Amino acid sequence: MKLRPTFRHVFVAAALAATLFGAGCAGQQKALEQGAGIGVASPGSAQDFQVNVGDRVFFTVDSSVLTPQARTTLDRQAQWLNQYGQYAFTVEGHADERGTREYNLALGARRANAARDYLISRGVAANRMRTISYGKERPVAVCNDVSCWNQNRRSVTVLNAAGS
Amino acid sequence: MLIVCRSIFIGIGRWLKRRGGSILLALAITVTAVVGQAEAQLRVDITRGNVQPVPIAIPSFIGGAGGPDELSQNVSQVITADLRRSGLFAPIDPAAFVEPLVPPDGTPNFANWRPLNAQALVAGRVAQTADGRIVAEFRLWDVFSGQQLTGQQFFANPQNWRRVAHIIADVIYERLTGEKGYFDTRIVFVDESGDKAQRVKRLAIMDQDGANLRYLTNGGELVLTPRFSPLRQEVTYASLGGDQWQVYLLNIETGQRELVGNFPNMAFSPRFSPDGQQVVMSLQQGGNANIYKLDLRTRQLTRLTQSPSIDTAPSFSPDGRRIVFESDRGGSQQLYVMSASGGPAERITFGNGRYGTPVWSPRGDVVAFTKQDGGRFSIGVIAPDGSGERILTEGFHNEGPTWAPNGRVLMFFRDVPGPSGGPQLWSVDLTGYNEQRVPTPNFASDPAWSPTLN
Repeated sequence: MKLRPTFRHVFVAAALAATLFGAGCAGQQKALEQGAGIGVASPGSAQDFQVNVGDRVFFTVDSSVLTPQARTTLDRQAQWLNQYGQYAFTVEGHADERGTREYNLALGARRANAARDYLISRGVAANRMRTISYGKERPVAVCNDVSCWNQNRRSVTVLNAAGS
Repeated sequence: MLIVCRSIFIGIGRWLKRRGGSILLALAITVTAVVGQAEAQLRVDITRGNVQPVPIAIPSFIGGAGGPDELSQNVSQVITADLRRSGLFAPIDPAAFVEPLVPPDGTPNFANWRPLNAQALVAGRVAQTADGRIVAEFRLWDVFSGQQLTGQQFFANPQNWRRVAHIIADVIYERLTGEKGYFDTRIVFVDESGDKAQRVKRLAIMDQDGANLRYLTNGGELVLTPRFSPLRQEVTYASLGGDQWQVYLLNIETGQRELVGNFPNMAFSPRFSPDGQQVVMSLQQGGNANIYKLDLRTRQLTRLTQSPSIDTAPSFSPDGRRIVFESDRGGSQQLYVMSASGGPAERITFGNGRYGTPVWSPRGDVVAFTKQDGGRFSIGVIAPDGSGERILTEGFHNEGPTWAPNGRVLMFFRDVPGPSGGPQLWSVDLTGYNEQRVPTPNFASDPAWSPTLN
């Protein structure tokens, strides 16, 4: 589906808002609550990565192109990951529910791959990361309109156990 | 009257052959056909949409003691439900019957049935044999000509009584429509439970009418897109068991599971070839998915597509010569047809919107698909040359068609929106009429219709 530029900007703005404020996004809110529970997330912790760096980037409809906002987030991720080299991690790719099952699995893989390639281009070692697609199987927001779909079209960088 | 007696194995004839006489599902049903000589006159035309259902009278079958009993009533009720759900028949309310029981032995008194406008009458009996089996016999009558259209007798183990009823319904459907019936079939699907963001997905199998539901996996891992083997009691599906999506074969009788291949990246969207000896699927490489064919005997893997795009959802033509699949190589998700050995592919969809999940009809004449356009998801069919696109049903979200073995009915899933919503199974005729909900205990998606069992 091709979007007119005006709509694309709306999506980008919504995605950015979700990134910055975690508005209405279960995963983000959880991360914030966890961070609050231990006071300030200690530098180099998984909470630090989720809360202060941002563990996810968002995509427009049927696209795996990294938006400027996504690149900014991934730049921060790369810097952090390069600083804390003890982490291996998984890049998860996700799609919203507005696609067919098989296609969305491949689209999620394509999104994870786009994020992975970008992190590699910023100096993160390829052997620290793997990718996986969840297609439309693991939404974070479960309403059936654009506000949720915007949050579900994402790639999430998930830190594995430290020190591996 | 000509009496024809034949003894055959009804059940999984083709599967049994392959399994070397396995007794796993050995439902040995002996059939005795009692065929009238006269030419039939009653005929149901099912090629038109919105056909007027044919009024049919199905009095309760007679039990062994001469009156109706639980088993005989159950058999006639299952037959009645099958025929009603097909949309082609209108079973008459038994409350209107002048004669509640009709023995299958003699000629009925048609004067009791013509005033009800019954076009066809089914008379039957179910009894126990001395060796503990059940024997079911029935005759199908054309009420207006007074002629017998068919009559058969089945022997089976008592636990298979529902299959006996489905087989009788299949015989009636075929005799009156000229098309093979599809009632003695099963559905494998994905049972969905739990929170929408953390759905538990289990493979499940049930009869086509929702009875005899059984779970094939325990929900510990995500499972998607099960597909039946045309030959064996086996399904192939994609599962996220370990670190990556992989394609499995699962024997639905023994529960034995086998990985089709250990691929370094995601393997998904599998489907059997018509001869059951190959599985086509997508393998992910970086941002691209390509279609591969795996020979199950030699384990030889053949790459069929070579494009920097998403190529997935492959489905063979029934003659095994061609494959229809979806690809976004042209910029958006569309349907393509290629040779089963790969090579150039021809795009067949050019309408507005995106097309996915193509499934070639068992009759070969059309391909069913999911179409996304204007924020709606519809199920439709199109000829393999790209002509004659037709939408059968549309709405917020319809997806994943599968064909009844006779190619006249499609099943699919429909997602009901809302925080507590979820997918449910539905069926629709090839004509676009007769939408029916298929009962499942939980949410359900990704249905796959079995081949004919008998």
